[in-house]
This record gives sequence, C-alpha cells and structure tokens, in this order.
Amino acid sequence: MPVEQITFWIFSAIMIASALRVITARNPVHSVLFLVLTFFTAAALWLLLEAEFLGIVLVLVYVGAVMVLFLFVVMMIDVNIAPLREGFVRFLPLGALVGIVMVAELVLIVGPRYFGSDRYEAPPSAPADYSNTEALGRLLYSEYLYQFEIAAFILLVSIIAAITLTMRKRPETTKYQTPGNQVRADRADRLRVVRMDSERRERP
Amino acid sequence: MESVYLAIPLFPLAGAIIAGLFGRQIGRVGAHTVTIGAVAISFVLSVIAFWHIVFGGGAVYNESVYTWMVSDGITFEIGFLVDRLTVLMMTTVTSVSLMVHIYTIGYMHEDPGYQRFFSYISLFTFAMLMLVMANNFMQLFFGWEAVGVVSYLLIGFWYTRESAIFANLKAFLVNRVGDFGFLLGIGAILAWTGTLDYAAVFAQAGDLANARIELFDGAPWSVATVACLLLFVGAMGKSAQVPLHVWLPDSMEGPTPISALIHAATMVTAGIFMLARMSPLFEMSETALSFVLVIGAITALAMGLVGIVQHDIKRVVAYSTLSQLGYMTVALGASAYSAAIFHLMTHAFFKALLFLGAGSVIIAMHHEQDMRRMGGLRRYMPITYITAVIGSLALIGFPGFSGFFSKDAIIEGVHYSGIPGAGFAYWCVLIGVFVTALYTFRMLFLTFHGEPRMDEHTREHLHETPLVVTIPLILLAIPSVIIGAWTIGPLLFGGWFGESILVLPEHDVMAKLGEGFHGWWGFIIHGFQGPAVYLALAGVVVAWYVWIRRPDLADRAAERLRPVHRILEKKYGFDELYQTVFADGGRRLGGVLSRVGDQRIIDGWVVNGAARLVGRGAGLMRHLQSGYLYHYAFAMILGVLVALSWVVLSA
Amino acid sequence: MIPLSHYLILGAVLFAISMAGVFINRKNVIILLMSIELMLLAVNMNFVAFSHFLGDLSGQIFVFFILTVAAAEAAIGLAILVVLFRNRGTINVADLDTMKG
Repeated sequence: MPVEQITFWIFSAIMIASALRVITARNPVHSVLFLVLTFFTAAALWLLLEAEFLGIVLVLVYVGAVMVLFLFVVMMIDVNIAPLREGFVRFLPLGALVGIVMVAELVLIVGPRYFGSDRYEAPPSAPADYSNTEALGRLLYSEYLYQFEIAAFILLVSIIAAITLTMRKRPETTKYQTPGNQVRADRADRLRVVRMDSERRERP
Repeated sequence: MESVYLAIPLFPLAGAIIAGLFGRQIGRVGAHTVTIGAVAISFVLSVIAFWHIVFGGGAVYNESVYTWMVSDGITFEIGFLVDRLTVLMMTTVTSVSLMVHIYTIGYMHEDPGYQRFFSYISLFTFAMLMLVMANNFMQLFFGWEAVGVVSYLLIGFWYTRESAIFANLKAFLVNRVGDFGFLLGIGAILAWTGTLDYAAVFAQAGDLANARIELFDGAPWSVATVACLLLFVGAMGKSAQVPLHVWLPDSMEGPTPISALIHAATMVTAGIFMLARMSPLFEMSETALSFVLVIGAITALAMGLVGIVQHDIKRVVAYSTLSQLGYMTVALGASAYSAAIFHLMTHAFFKALLFLGAGSVIIAMHHEQDMRRMGGLRRYMPITYITAVIGSLALIGFPGFSGFFSKDAIIEGVHYSGIPGAGFAYWCVLIGVFVTALYTFRMLFLTFHGEPRMDEHTREHLHETPLVVTIPLILLAIPSVIIGAWTIGPLLFGGWFGESILVLPEHDVMAKLGEGFHGWWGFIIHGFQGPAVYLALAGVVVAWYVWIRRPDLADRAAERLRPVHRILEKKYGFDELYQTVFADGGRRLGGVLSRVGDQRIIDGWVVNGAARLVGRGAGLMRHLQSGYLYHYAFAMILGVLVALSWVVLSA
Repeated sequence: MIPLSHYLILGAVLFAISMAGVFINRKNVIILLMSIELMLLAVNMNFVAFSHFLGDLSGQIFVFFILTVAAAEAAIGLAILVVLFRNRGTINVADLDTMKG
C-alpha cells in the first residue's frame, strides 16, 4: 500500500473519530479541542490534495485564531452543562439514524460509481517548482480581485460587529476625562467674580 | 282652483308637522288650535271645491303638479284628479276629521300625548286626502301606505299597553298582506299599460280585458281580472273584508273612539273608494265583480253575527262597521258604485255618531266598556241616548233615516244584478238586515235601558258628558236623519257622478232601479213593499223581547246554542287560525331558522367554523413556528434529507 | 492513488456527523456553532478535492472565501453568544424564546 493511501486512511480515521467526539463530548472544552484535531487532520488531507496554501491557512487562521477564539469563549463563560445535555440520549438514535441515512444516500451519489478512479483520473503531480501559493495569489489579485476586496470588507464588518456587540458601556459612576472639554475650558467657566460690601449694612 | 286643491291636503300636513315637531313649544292649546285651524281651512276649501264642481259647473281637474321622476319612460308624478267622486270624499273626510279633532279636545283632555295625538290625526287627514285626490297609482299607493302608517301609530298610541302594541302590529301585518296584493295589482297594470296615470290606464281598459295572462299553465286569464282581483286584495286589507278583517276589531285598542272612528268611518272607506275609482277596470271583469260581491256578502252577514255576542260596546260598533263595509263591497260587486259611495257617506255620519255616542258613554262610565255593567243610562244621559237612538235607527235602515235609503238601494241593486253570486249575496244582505237590527238594538237596550248594573260609585257620578262631546253628537245626528232623503235623488239616479264612475249598460242595476224611482218619498213607500223593512223591525222586536222583556232568555239561548255561540264568540276562529298558522308558524319557522340556519350553519359553521378552522390550522402551524431554533434546524435537515432522497431515487 | 470518491465520501461522512451533531446537541449553542464549522469543513473538503481532480484553482479560491466568511461568522456568532450569556445567563437554545433582548 503506497504511502499516500496509508496517510489518507489514517488521517481520515482520525478525522472522523475526532469529529464524532466533537459532537458527543460532555465537556465543551473537549469538543473544541477535538475540533482543533479535526481541522489539523483536514489540513493534512488538503496537503495530500496539493492544496498547500489552504492547508497552512487552515492551521494558521482556523486553528490559530478561530478555534482559539472558541476555546476562549467556552472557557470564559461559565456554562452549566447539565441542562444543555438534556435530550442528548433521547435524540442520539434519531441523530444517528439521520446521519446514517444521509451518509448512505450521499455515498450512493458521490460513491465510486460516479466519481471513481475510472471516471476521474488523478492529475499528475505538480512539478517541484510549482507554487500553489503563487498560483492562488495570481488568481486572487487578478480574476477575483473584487471578491477579495469584498471578503476583506466582510472581515472588517465582522470585526466592528463583534466589538460593537460585546462592548460594554461604562457605568455612570465611573469618572473619566474628556480631553476636548478640558481644552475648550476658559475663564468664564471656572471663575466667578462676586462683588460684595466689605461691611454688613444695617437693615432699617 | 289649483291652489285651492293644493292647499286642501297641505294644510293638515302643516298642522301635523307643527303639532308633531313643535308640540312642546306650542303647548296643548297651541297644538289643537293649529291642527283644528288647518283642518277647518281644509274643510272649508273642500266645501268650496265641492260647490265649484257640483253647483258651479266647474270642470273636472286632472293635472300633475309635480314630476317626481321619470324612469325608463314611466313618469312618477304627484297630481290631482278632482271630480265629483273626489269632492264628495274630500268633504266627507275633512268634515269627519274636523269633528274628530274637536271631539279630541274633550276626550284626550288628560292624556300626556295630547299634541302627538293631534299630530297623528292631522297627518291622517293629509294622507287620506292625498289618497282620494290622487290622479295616479303611485300617489294612490302613497296615500294608501301613509294611511296605514298613521293607523299603526294611532292604534298603538298608548304604546305602553301590550294589547295596543299587539293590535297595531296585527293591523300593520294584516294590511301588509293586502298591500302586497295591491302592489302586485299596480305592478300588473303598469306592466301591461306602461303608465300609472288613471286616465291613461282607463283608456286602455278594453285592451287589458282582452289581453291574456297565463298564471297557471293552460289557464289564460284576462289581465283585467288578475289586476282587479289583486287590487281588491288590497281593498280587502284596508276595508277589512273577510278574511283580512281581523285587524279592525283589535284596532279599538286605540284611544276610544276617536281613532276607532278614524279607522271605522274614514280609513276603511279607502278600499271602497279605490274600487269605485277603478270602476272602469272592474267593469271589464265579471269574474272580479263576482268575487267582490261574494266576499262582501260574506263579510256583511258573518261580521254582523259576531256583533251579536260581543260585550264590549266599542267592539259591537266595530263589528257593525265590518258588516256595513260588507254592504258597500256588495254594492261595488253589483256595479252599484254610486250606491256604495252613497252608503259610505251616510254610514260615515251615523257610524261616527254611534262611535262618538259610545265614546260619550265610556267617558261617563269612567272608561268602562263592558255593556254587562251598564244599563239604564238613558235617565242620566238624555242627549247621548237620543242621538244614539237616531244613529241606531239610521244603521238598521229604519224608513226615512239616511241608512234606509242607502241600504235599501244596495239590496235592491243586488236583487237586480245578474252577476254570478248575486243570488247568494242577496240572501246574505237580507238576513244581514235582521242581524243588524238585532245587534244594534241589543247594544242600545243593554246600554240605555233596563236596570243599572254598574257599581254604586260609578252610578253616583253618572252625568251627561260635556258640550265638546255632545255638540258633535247633535251635529252628526242631523245628517244621520236627513242626508239620505236629501241626496238620494241626485246621487243615485241623477247621474251625479258623471264621468268619474263608469258602469257598463249590462251591469247597470242603478238604471233599472231608477226606472221605478219617484222621489225619496216614493222610495220609502216602495221600501215597505220589500222584505228589508220588516226584517229590520223584526230584529228590533226580537232584541226587545230577548234583552228587555226576558233578560234571562239571552243566556238560555246562548246555552242552548252553545256550539254556534262559541263559534261566534271565537269570531269563526280567524284569529286563532292566523295566530297558530301564520304567527306561531312564522315564529316556529324563525326559531328553526335561527337555531339551525343562523346559530348552527351561519354562526356555527360559517363564522365560528371558519374561525375554528383558522384556529385549528394555526394550532397546527404553530408547531412549525415553535420559536426553538433547533426545530428549524430539524426542518432544514429533514428537507435536505428529502431532497437528497428524491435525487437518489430519481437517479 | 486515492480516487475522488474517497474524498467525497469523507466529506459526506463529515457532513452527516455534523448534522447529527446539530440533531443531538440541540440545546448547546457552542456545539451547534462547532457543528456548523464542521459542515463548512466538509464542504471545503469537497471543493479542494474537486479542485485537485479537475485541475481548476477556482475551487481553492472558493475555499479561501469560505474560510474568510466562516471566520467572520464565528467571530460574530461568538460575540452574540457572549452578549447572550451576559444578558440571560444561559446559552440554552430552549431558553432563547423572546424576540427582544
């Protein structure tokens, strides 16, 4: 068995097992960690498919940022797990059934009958000087430039949205400076000249 | 003269509006001053019109004064036809109305609805004048219905009494039945002639008689017959002919005896007048005439018989009115239109006299109306007594009194008539004479003769009624005596009505009667040769024997003739029949429709059912809209699964 | 050589697992979010596989954009989660039954 096949089977097995653990783990932290594992194996499989850039991006961006964000949130909020697991056992058979039916049907469609090796020849391996990143970069900055800009914009929007959503107003009691007001202050605001008699006048 | 004619109905209308809408502002005295003034003006103008037409040789006035609308070539107008028939009716109506107005001052003295009452009777005068002065069917129908409305208001004048409400509803509903026929008749005429104008319709009367209409397959009827029968159905309602007479006795629930008088002496004559006015049409249909004759004869006899067993003095007079209306209808059926109008006129006087006399008695008896608790009143109320005797003699047709001439003319006319059913009618009216005498003098004897049967308290306070009551009595007593002898010559045999009444030569019983007519004295002498006078006298004698000589005999006779007595007391069961069949049947039908049709089908199924369906549907839909995110997720997943299955299975 | 169908079936299995995850973890928003990430991963897997076997880089471009959008979605979703938890004290989907905050 060639090394490619071995790699594929091992990583596929790990991937499915960790994916199953993602949805069945009791502790959400475990779930997130298994998700990380799933992504890692996925990245490995993508490398196998000669999508090196995406594999790296998946690890860097997804595992490095998004999953950490997940982990962060899960750890930050103190979740009471018991009620969330409610109905887990009851729905397990149904979920399993749905999943199995779905897999069965999908296999019928995407199985070897239509997408087997006889139908889709594996392309020859890329030459050694071929750079997946460079090819993607050429495409992105030429043909998909607008879409790329839009993606950037979406990220910006999501940053603003996330910050806006989570930003807490400071309580009114907190004192803070307003530099603008400080700069604009002048004498009339601070100083009041009061005229008064030096002696008390006798009232008639 | 046009302004005079216009003023005649408008003055009472103005009076009615002022008294009705501003009654509170002008007060009691103001109300009766205004209305009586208006009706008096109307009366004077009517007399002037009468004079103008009859003695002044004035031309017949037939003009439209206002066109309401023209729709599809049919003109709806308000117009007046003033001929001899009309002026006679106008004078009768306004004079009776004037008397009623004056009498009301005394009778309604303490009633809180004083102004309202004056408003009603003035409105009634207006409506009646519009009816008789109409020159087209539309206005006739307007007057007809307006009279009906006022009659409804008057019968239910004391609207807090349940019996009054019952009576006015009954009168209204029974009249609706007649009016339905009337409206159909007008519709038939309009459909076949295309016009509502009297003159234009009468000009086509011959065509109507020849035109055929097939109401039932294979039985073509003359349109004239159909139209006349339908119109007569209307007259049956308004003029209280069997079997639509049931409302009239109950209408005595109104303020006695004024509204009773309005109904009995004036309104009910609307039907008689209408038939006389339609003489050119009725002459075209012997079938219709025969029907009229038979119905009239049945009414004349049957209602007189009921009068014998009534105890309420007002009701006796009311049944007497029904009977006399039967006589008039008989005369119409025999084509003796002039005799019918003649009887209508004389009857108006003596019946008004009797009604007011009865009212006078009721006032004196402190609103006691049961004759079994009267008796011997002649000593206390001489004027009322004498006038009542005059009215009674006129009613039974005692020779020389006004009723004699008109009634004898009718009987003779029927005798000569060759219409089918005339023989039956002749016997009915002859026996009717006897019956009339019987119940009239029974009433007179029970009320004014014999031992006083009222309680002590009432007897002590018995005295003659005030002048406002007795003066109309005296004023009415005079024409009750003389008007017959005075007017019989010209009215019946002098061709007085001229163009306004049309009688075909082969139906003209009055002409035959006129051959033997030599002045009113001769008519009296001639009357003694017929059976009617003797029958009337026999009736008086029997009444005297039974209710004065042997007062116990009446009860024993009633006992002996139990079944007959019961039938008469039940008034032949018409009321019960209508009550059970139409009123209860209608109510039951309504109940069924209400429960099944409305509550179950419409409310239960349609309205609530729709709501329930929506509710139930929404209840089902609510499961789809649970608000739980995972439900939507399920739905999506299942949808994907189904779509996927579809792809797989179809592949 | 690994045929295309292997990768596609792997994606299908991954997708079915994530779907079952949505099914059985219907109360826990975090797991739901993670299941969605898994789903996207399955889709991406297909894209990459097809891209490789068809020799068309557009598939990888697409994955690139999906990753972008998924990152944005995860960020906003987690932000909402945090706000939700702060306001309601729970992340139980069954308790999120009012429309206003």
